[in-house]
Amino acid sequence: MSPTAYGWLVLAFPLVGTLVVALGWKALPGRLPGWIASAAIGLSFVASLGMLVSLLDQPEEERQLVSSAYTYLETAGMSADLSILVDPLSVFMCLVVSGVSFLIHLYSISYMTSDRGYSRFFAYLNFFVFSMLLLVLAGNFVLLIVGWAFVGAASYLLISFWYRRTTATAAGIKAFVINVIGDVGLVIGAFLLFDGTGALDYVGVFEAAPDAFATNDPQIVAACLMILVGAFAKSAQLPLHTWLPDAMEGPTPVSALIHAATMVTAGVYLIARCHPLFELAPAAADVGAIIGTATLLFAATVAMAATDLKRVIAYSTISQIGYMVLGVSVAAYGAGLFHLMTHAFFKALLFMGAGSVIGAMGGIQSLDRMGGFRKAMPFTFVTFTVGALALAGFPFFSGFFSKDEILAYTLNRGGGYVVLGVVGYIAALMTAFYAGRMVFRVFFGPPVSEARELEQGLLHHGEHANPATGEAEDTDVGFPGAEHHVAEREWPMKAAMAALAVLAVIGGVLGIPGVTDTFERFLEPTFEDSRFHDTAPGDGAEWLGLAAGGVFALIGLAAAYHYLLRDPELRLVTRRRFGRLHTLFVNKWYFDEIFEAAVVRPVAATGRFGRTVVESTFVQGVIVGGTVGLVRAGTSFARSIQTGELRSYAALLLVGVSGLVLYFLIVAS
Amino acid sequence: MDTSWFVVLSAFIFCIGAAGVLTRRSPLVILLCLELMLNAGNLALIAFSRMAGNQDGQVFALIVMVVAACEVVIGLGIIVAMYRRRLPIDVDAMSELRG
Repeated sequence: MSPTAYGWLVLAFPLVGTLVVALGWKALPGRLPGWIASAAIGLSFVASLGMLVSLLDQPEEERQLVSSAYTYLETAGMSADLSILVDPLSVFMCLVVSGVSFLIHLYSISYMTSDRGYSRFFAYLNFFVFSMLLLVLAGNFVLLIVGWAFVGAASYLLISFWYRRTTATAAGIKAFVINVIGDVGLVIGAFLLFDGTGALDYVGVFEAAPDAFATNDPQIVAACLMILVGAFAKSAQLPLHTWLPDAMEGPTPVSALIHAATMVTAGVYLIARCHPLFELAPAAADVGAIIGTATLLFAATVAMAATDLKRVIAYSTISQIGYMVLGVSVAAYGAGLFHLMTHAFFKALLFMGAGSVIGAMGGIQSLDRMGGFRKAMPFTFVTFTVGALALAGFPFFSGFFSKDEILAYTLNRGGGYVVLGVVGYIAALMTAFYAGRMVFRVFFGPPVSEARELEQGLLHHGEHANPATGEAEDTDVGFPGAEHHVAEREWPMKAAMAALAVLAVIGGVLGIPGVTDTFERFLEPTFEDSRFHDTAPGDGAEWLGLAAGGVFALIGLAAAYHYLLRDPELRLVTRRRFGRLHTLFVNKWYFDEIFEAAVVRPVAATGRFGRTVVESTFVQGVIVGGTVGLVRAGTSFARSIQTGELRSYAALLLVGVSGLVLYFLIVAS
Repeated sequence: MDTSWFVVLSAFIFCIGAAGVLTRRSPLVILLCLELMLNAGNLALIAFSRMAGNQDGQVFALIVMVVAACEVVIGLGIIVAMYRRRLPIDVDAMSELRG
């Protein structure tokens, strides 16, 4: 079979899975919907492997295949097909998305067991995977935007999955609104590109762009900035990041799948996919690099101070995506996408571990309440620690090779990029610190009562309360029931976490500089037209960068160990001395408050003004009231004539006819 | 003979009929007065027909007679029905169709 035939299969399986689970939810008993959904994604992963194998059979210069199912729309000078583009980049994304999704589906089979909305969850989840695969396989901007919007909708559905929770629905709306800002940016960007090149499919646009636009032509810069708006909204970069921490209201597998491993990396994919355009618009690429750097530093500071376990990981996600955006913006495409893959492994793993811990805590997410789970949950402890080490960039774990490679590329670009690289290293230190902080606070220290109960084989059963507001939960329509699911007791959860832990350790093997380089060589056909081949660092420089990153990781982890376990006094001292800074970090740099004051309040005030003044006075009063008054006056006159007396009718008739006759006589004379 | 005499006579009879329709309360008399009005119209039609020298007006007059006959049949039928139901024979008393 050809690679494109596999490509269509990749899309078909999750779609069929969605339909079967969504339409057959009543007929499917027990855990069957979960198994069906997982099987659909598993088959999709197998088809992705088929796509990989058959693509590798092609000669290297022919590894870009377009297949069109039918033509959406064809008018003069423009055509949009339902077409997919299979090249190394899309194959790589399909493998990551379907592979990680399969493991998370497996995990969810157990994690969601006692939820009333079991089938609904898997229907949404399969729909999400379908949308994401559509996004990465799309062969033109129209289909990309379709996938982009579908993914946003799926994210909304899953964040608001427990829809009786007011904080969850609010978070879903927030995510959706910010994502729509990105959608609008992407649409405008596609329009500007179409205006300049007259094409909508990737191949056509990228071929025509160098002729249509000079380097840094205002139109291509504007188009790229608009694409960046789309990428930033989806990938939670400054200042459109505020939805991602709130999105942690969704079930933990959703956080692992959508808000760590796949959807939020769509922006990185988009920038990598549009790299011929960004190389024509270096100004826009620099904006991407600067914002990526600002984001990675900002999010790392917040992650050091946040106390909600899932939100720490969420800010860590924002920070790591900042690294990826920086990477693909400085033309380190291979490194950026490599980090995308390793990040998908270890971040999904961290979320799964967090889900297991939260299960053991009976729904409590605060780090302040956790501690000493090392003995109670040895399996979770080991896998979570592996994920945290990979995140920290501990030498020879996967994150070590990918993150530090990005920074090595950035430093090698020279000039102002050195500053970005240095900031990246400082944030890498913080990354190691908060990764260590999570492990030490959750698994070390004196065991909390929940940990002791679990050691004796019991599970903590607290009242169901919203961890954000503390209000009691409505568990009627889908909410984890009294049973909690910890990885220690459920083999599907264990299997998924073990697989990811192995990948988080050995994932780096694909890209050891000078030794394997498999990853970069595989992606080479997509990026061979890049103008920045000569800025790539040599193997020596890369190893130097890796070594520096490894040192920073060790320092950060050691600092976390010292600060949290060895010398708790130090904690109080620093908190006293840097109280203001700590408050700033804990309050996430007041971004939510700034948005509240700058956007939400003015819009709400405008709405109130509209409701009270425009609507009630003008619309209701003048327009509606006036019309009603006019009609009422007219009808009351007509009613007063209808007396029912025959003779008055006759008299009116006579008067009317006489009047008409007189009028015509006068006119005629 | 001058046509205007006929027209004046026709107008005169029409006014008598109209006055009767407007002032009388008995449906029977109102029907009679309606007949007067219709026949005043007929008179004018025939006079103009003579004046113009063709038969168009006479045809119209015949049609008006047919209509008048129909109207009388229905009107008298209604009056008989009212009488049978012992309703007051008074048009002012029958004002149920007021708005």
